[in-house]
Amino acid sequence: MLKDITLGQYFPGNTVMHRLDPRTKLIMTLIYIVALFIVQSYISYALMAAVLIAGITVSKLKPGIIMKGLKPIIIVVIITAILNLFYSSGNVIAEFWIFKITDAGIRNAVFMVLRIIMLITGTLLLTYTTSPLDLTDGLEKLLNPLKKIKVPVHELSMMMSIALRFIPTLIEETDKIMSAQKARGADFDTGNLFQRARAMLPLLVPLFVSAFRRADDLAVAMESRCYHGGVGRTKMKQLKMKTRDIVTLALGALILAGTITLASLGL
Amino acid sequence: MTPIIKTEGLCHRYSVGTPFERTAIEDVSFEAMRGEFIGVIGHTGSGKSTFIQHLNGLLKPSAGKVYYEGVDIWESKETIRDTRFKVGIVFQYPEYQLFEETVYKDIAFGPRNMKLSEEEVDIRVREAAEFVGIDCSLLPKSPFELSGGQKRRVAIAGVIAMGPSVLILDEPGAGLDPRGRESIIENIRSYHEATNATVIMVTHSMEEIASNVDRIVVFNQGRLAMSGTPREIFSRGDELTQMGLSVPEVTRIAKRLKELGLPVDTSVYTIGQLKDILLSLKGGGRNA
Repeated sequence: MLKDITLGQYFPGNTVMHRLDPRTKLIMTLIYIVALFIVQSYISYALMAAVLIAGITVSKLKPGIIMKGLKPIIIVVIITAILNLFYSSGNVIAEFWIFKITDAGIRNAVFMVLRIIMLITGTLLLTYTTSPLDLTDGLEKLLNPLKKIKVPVHELSMMMSIALRFIPTLIEETDKIMSAQKARGADFDTGNLFQRARAMLPLLVPLFVSAFRRADDLAVAMESRCYHGGVGRTKMKQLKMKTRDIVTLALGALILAGTITLASLGL
Repeated sequence: MTPIIKTEGLCHRYSVGTPFERTAIEDVSFEAMRGEFIGVIGHTGSGKSTFIQHLNGLLKPSAGKVYYEGVDIWESKETIRDTRFKVGIVFQYPEYQLFEETVYKDIAFGPRNMKLSEEEVDIRVREAAEFVGIDCSLLPKSPFELSGGQKRRVAIAGVIAMGPSVLILDEPGAGLDPRGRESIIENIRSYHEATNATVIMVTHSMEEIASNVDRIVVFNQGRLAMSGTPREIFSRGDELTQMGLSVPEVTRIAKRLKELGLPVDTSVYTIGQLKDILLSLKGGGRNA
């Protein structure tokens, strides 16, 4: 069951999408999210979906993997759909007991569901095709100007890359401890909420113990290689914008301009 | 006689449907009789650990069957739960799975999950502690106060306390000093002899295997490559070397002596056997 977690997971590949500069991908994702909140009509939604599908096709990700990533948000999507469906004003189409379904309600529900799904898929596209190291590297570079106002950009990005780096390790560790406790008859899958919470104890204690041990080991390993923060630190692999990045960013600008124009035309 | 545990055409694939998909074990058919002491060897990543996790139903085979005393363990939820108690697995570095406030409670975790009475639990905890050489005075202590070797013993006791008929250990001696290794193996032997349980031990130490087990199974690239007595297996030294494994030092010495022209049997694998041969050589001269 833990193997299903795809949070922050990276699927290696060698497509154009994988080779793009992480900064480009970060900016594109940001543009995409902004554009998603600008679009108001079916036509523009179709355009946004087309952009997304193009992105998925270029990166050669299997649809199954995207579906897996979307699984955890199903509940959020359903709740959003229901809230929008029943709590919107507009012309009443159907009515029963205290519930009214309006034309605006249906429209809002469909739009919100599409918006959430496309939003998540867009960000999945980023994390699936960018290695965590590249991602934090790109983020650090993008946020660099904030150093001027004393934001600890390097420290933040280092924390982020360590956290991302350890997600799979901790999942693996959890899996191991779970197997060991299951071998002693622990039961994680049945019982009421209280029983299940209690059943997690044999899992959490060893997990915390080992997480602290790992943190300690890592700190010693970093210090013994003279790590002392970001001051004066250089990079072996310098990020460089290439032609494909410029083309992609131009495309992004076009998408943003397009959605704004369409929205202002009332489409 | 039906084997106590048996697998048929066992197959396991990880991460099916992602780019990380890989086959860990393929077509493994294996049998173990009651009371056997079996050693499992194989190169890192040869599928040993995946294999043992099938024997008590922690992993579900992608294809193939696992039988405990002739019953398919995946037949129902009850058979799976029963198998977990009858086939005990001690994982690698088991000390990291300790979690209770006291040593006593940690060893009692398994028996309590079996829904045994408190008296029965008490008996089992004390028996198990004795098998692994944990003194009664340590029982009320926190497991986190103990030394690494003692923690390992407590973890092994936690599995032994369930009274499994098949005890599986994944590198029980890893990371311990030689004396600690020996004494843990000694404890396992005493459990084996006292209960006539089947013991399956995964290890990288050829010496450990040579002096303890009745039978050796060799894994190579996810398949069961060889199975036989230590003498049979270690006489195929060249094949073992090709699989990235080795033979005990003693066997290597015997082989080298033969290369030097002495009439030495190269299938010896314990110091005692080599000693006898060398003594007979000395006594009988070169013509012996």
